[in-house]
Amino acid sequence: MRYAYYPGCSSDTTGKEYEATVRIVCKNLGIELVDIPDWSCCGATAAHGKSHLLNTALPARNLALAEEMGLDVVTPCAACYQQLATANKEMKENQQIAEKVNQATGKNYQGTIKVKSIVEVIGSLEPDIIKAQMVKPLKGLKIAAYYGCLMVRPPSVTGFDDAENPMFLDNLMRLAGAETMDWPHKTECCGGALQVSNEHIVVKLLDKIYKEALKSGANCMVAACPLCHFNLDGCQSTCNRLLGTTYEIPIFYFTQLLGLAMGLNQQELQFNSHFTDTRKVLKLVG
Amino acid sequence: MKRIGLFVCWCGSNIGGVVDVPRAVQEAGNFPGVAYATDYKYMCSEPGQDMIVKAIEEHNLDRVVVASCTPMLHEPTFRKTIARAGLNPYMFEMANIREQCSWVHSQEPEKATKKAIALIRRALAKVSKVEPLFESYIPLTKRTLVIGGGIAGIQAAIDIADNGHEVILLEREPTIGGKMVKLDKTFPTMDCSACISTPKMVQVAQHPNVKLMTYAELTEVNGYIGNFEVTIKQKARYVDHSVCTGCGICTEKCPTKVLSSYELGLGTRKAIYIEFPQAVPNKPVIDPENCRYLKTGKCGVCAKVCPTGAIDFEQKDEFITEKVGSIVVATGYDLFKWEEVYGEYGYGRYKDVITGLHFERMVNASGPTDGKIKRPSDGKEPKSVVFIKCVGSRDENKGKTYCSRACCMYTAKHAHQVLEKIPDSNAYIFYMDIRTPGKLYDEFYRRTALEGAQYIRGRVSKVYQSGDKLVVMGTDTLLGRPVQVEADMVVLATAMVPSEGADKTAQLVGISADKDGFFTEAHPKLRPVETMTGGVFLAGTCQGPKDIPDTVSQSSGAAAKVSALLSKDELATDPMISSINEKICSGCLACKAVCPYKAIEEKKISEKVRGKVVERVVASVNTGLCQGCGCCTVACRIGAANLKGYTNEQVIAEVDALCL
Repeated sequence: MRYAYYPGCSSDTTGKEYEATVRIVCKNLGIELVDIPDWSCCGATAAHGKSHLLNTALPARNLALAEEMGLDVVTPCAACYQQLATANKEMKENQQIAEKVNQATGKNYQGTIKVKSIVEVIGSLEPDIIKAQMVKPLKGLKIAAYYGCLMVRPPSVTGFDDAENPMFLDNLMRLAGAETMDWPHKTECCGGALQVSNEHIVVKLLDKIYKEALKSGANCMVAACPLCHFNLDGCQSTCNRLLGTTYEIPIFYFTQLLGLAMGLNQQELQFNSHFTDTRKVLKLVG
Repeated sequence: MKRIGLFVCWCGSNIGGVVDVPRAVQEAGNFPGVAYATDYKYMCSEPGQDMIVKAIEEHNLDRVVVASCTPMLHEPTFRKTIARAGLNPYMFEMANIREQCSWVHSQEPEKATKKAIALIRRALAKVSKVEPLFESYIPLTKRTLVIGGGIAGIQAAIDIADNGHEVILLEREPTIGGKMVKLDKTFPTMDCSACISTPKMVQVAQHPNVKLMTYAELTEVNGYIGNFEVTIKQKARYVDHSVCTGCGICTEKCPTKVLSSYELGLGTRKAIYIEFPQAVPNKPVIDPENCRYLKTGKCGVCAKVCPTGAIDFEQKDEFITEKVGSIVVATGYDLFKWEEVYGEYGYGRYKDVITGLHFERMVNASGPTDGKIKRPSDGKEPKSVVFIKCVGSRDENKGKTYCSRACCMYTAKHAHQVLEKIPDSNAYIFYMDIRTPGKLYDEFYRRTALEGAQYIRGRVSKVYQSGDKLVVMGTDTLLGRPVQVEADMVVLATAMVPSEGADKTAQLVGISADKDGFFTEAHPKLRPVETMTGGVFLAGTCQGPKDIPDTVSQSSGAAAKVSALLSKDELATDPMISSINEKICSGCLACKAVCPYKAIEEKKISEKVRGKVVERVVASVNTGLCQGCGCCTVACRIGAANLKGYTNEQVIAEVDALCL
């Protein structure tokens, strides 16, 4: 199983531990990731407010590069995924835009490849293949799986199981032996894109998500996007400071937990790079 | 020489505003055989019709063309007109220069005029070839089958029976009553629904002209208007109703309790059950899926306690054939399955998100909570209730495009009941528009709003469970603000959709349905209770969403139509049916294979060939079954099948007039 890999810009900054664990987990599961040579910004968070053409051309350039490799694209970031998948749909369906974009990128994208999220790729493996790697079940973890607003929406672009109550991330975590919670805010927006500019809005959104996660009985959360993770993990203290709350919820990348269940050591999984302490809950797993 | 009269209608400005009518009269009037041509503002009006009658007499016309609207609207009118003047009513042809010309080409008057002239020439060419046709008469059965025992079917059955005709009232559930009897109060008068519908249930059951068949389903329909033969499956009740007295000991002693579908799962019943105390017939049936004896062969408590020995575990489904002359379809509605698509309201995972019908059961004094509004999850009285309207209605993304018509009113009623029954309660209603046309309807809604129901204009984006509260997230589009309400219970006004199995009924009876599955009336304005199939009529919500008053009116309308049909002793049949020219028929029977009405039969004829008598097979048309669709004429390779009124010769003449 080979994919053209689009790491996205947070892969060697805020999402380092995600990047690293994605690569290890995929390797263990027999998924070969081939980096797209000379990949460039996907335009997420900023381009769509500026120009529709720019917002399509930025991801389309990367799609064209992947097409040249003859491989479907996979990306670990929900925002990158959204950008690439939306552009792919647009390039396939709108001849006029496609021509303009191809002119702008200097490429000739034919629309022959698919865009997938890393969760989708891992989640569509035979459960037995994944189970075979799970040597250390994630006992004691009560997970609120957080999908974020971008990965599953709009359904016409993403095509996951369900945009209102998705289960694919829950299912993966259950395969790893964890318990996942039925909670209502799986796909509520965390305000990731406003983190820097509108702190007061972001903390309100975060507060709602944390509150519902805890109410459901979760002792940690799992994310599948470096933007969501950075926001949920990094801004807990801001939330506590501004709203007087006392949240201390460990936020994991799903690949970190899969890695943990595969028996990888905590050093490799880089739990220590998180803002919110993960040690207490990880002790439960042993 | 043929003497054709041509009459071109202006239809006010409908045709005259686009088509140059005088020019059309002049140009088409040159067609060979036209003895008289004229125009008039409204040809269908009394002076217009008189004009035709007079012209026939004065100019000795022997056939007539009227160029006006669609023949669906006025062909019968003009046929009667020329019959008045002594012509055979089939010496007539219509040119549709309104729907097929002026209405669709209103921006291009010059081209429209040319097209109108061509269409008139077509009609003239055809009318030159027509021949007198004569109706024949068939006997009819003066009985009616009413399918569905809800308020629509009950009302239709009572009205037809009161007119002196026999009725079979068919209901698939163990009791009649339908949805109405489940309701608590009816808007806007707040009449108790059961108090006004149960007497009707009794009335119809006791009517000497009504044969009630409950727990029974239609399985086959053959025949045609006046002479249908229907097969009905009487499902096994496992209780002999001829000896059962309805004492109820069996239901008391039965050890198996299951959720009651009558109570929408809010209450329980036994495996042998009467759906509710006022059920008609008030005798039990055994639910074979849950009966211990029928499943395992052990138990039989009901049989032991029954004082009359009415329990019969050996009973089998029975098929009964009945002859009827007309059919009233009154199969009603079901609620849109919101659980399948509205993930934002929880896909039915939250116990306290219910439908309006659940609320009706709950607030109903004879319902599972004895009329106390209790939320299903913990039985607590909800202090804050949110109502969401248009769930499945007017939602082209997830539901149906239409408005379900009754929800604005019943939601107002529900909100009123919450405020009335629960002290210090709040009722919030999320709505898109308030639609309350109807006598005293808007006044009712306003009263509810004044009582304190909080109407919030906007859609709800999400409902979620947070602790023991439901959080309703929505928007107030009048304030331009997001709103969030903490509710104890959420009531959804779900769309009305055709009842389950309506598609199968349509297929059996031979009627059509629209894109949403509601049965199609013959004309949306002028023939609202008839269908395009002769002898089949519609009543109630099977034709489209409506409330109780509209349902009852339509049912009485359907009953009036049935009574008019059955008041005759025999029926005139349409003479425009197929016939076979036996001389040239080769007996291949390709026509038989394509006939949708099973109207073509094999026939053996003997003829003399070179002095010898030879037997051979030809096709033959059953004039009672043939509906004049014309499929056989197309299938026939040698043109032996010919449709009267649309003969091969006439159709070719029309094509020539249009194309040459």
